[in-house]
Amino acid sequence: MTINQMAEALGLRVLTAPEGERECTGVYIGDLLSWVMGRAQCGDVWITIMSNINVAAVASLADVACVLLAEGVVPEEDVIRTAEQKGINLLCAQQPAYELAVRLHELGL
Amino acid sequence: MSETVRLYFDVDGEDFTSAGQASVQVKKSLRQLGIPPEIIRKVSIAMYEGEINMVIHAGGGKAEVLICEDCIEIRLRDQGPGIANIEQAMQEGFSTAPDAIRSLGFGAGMGLPNMKRYTDEMKIESEPGKGTDITMRVYL
Repeated sequence: MTINQMAEALGLRVLTAPEGERECTGVYIGDLLSWVMGRAQCGDVWITIMSNINVAAVASLADVACVLLAEGVVPEEDVIRTAEQKGINLLCAQQPAYELAVRLHELGL
Repeated sequence: MSETVRLYFDVDGEDFTSAGQASVQVKKSLRQLGIPPEIIRKVSIAMYEGEINMVIHAGGGKAEVLICEDCIEIRLRDQGPGIANIEQAMQEGFSTAPDAIRSLGFGAGMGLPNMKRYTDEMKIESEPGKGTDITMRVYL
């Protein structure tokens, strides 16, 4: 499943999707950035409520498929711009992380 | 270990929001050199953790990356307060980061353990009051 397909299936708001055709291969949920860098896998959908600028750097370095902000969190405009420049797919949803994870599991992740 | 490419960076200790610029640059350079993605991921995560540590604890420092035939070596040097007990600092969850840093999602006590996790060799030399030197290697 690609990022674009996931966004459509879950009705997610796409903030920026410079790599929208990238495949998602797993899911990781976490807000502690170093923890995420230590545990998330390349290609994961990273679900978090952390929306500061460092999230873009962590997503880029950990090479996750996208950042999915849960619980209605919307980042500042400069975070969206930075994500776009770094080629990071950034999406947001109203649902909590658990609900998103359940839906992603139903979709095969 | 014959050296082919050497990259230098000054890590700005003032600007937490731009922390990670050196690591992102290294990632780009490694990609251009055709280094395998999993090696790039290891090097850039280890370096980012080191860079963040220098910003949080040491007011910045210097980073050097040597890309050799058989390995990538990352050298991080700072003149911060040093690490009083390296063994304790290496434990997952141990952190001396201030609350403001924790609220940004850092300071979980995973920085040094992640650096060790993602590299094949790691050497820390630190003297309280003088600074910290860290050398890490990832073999190709």
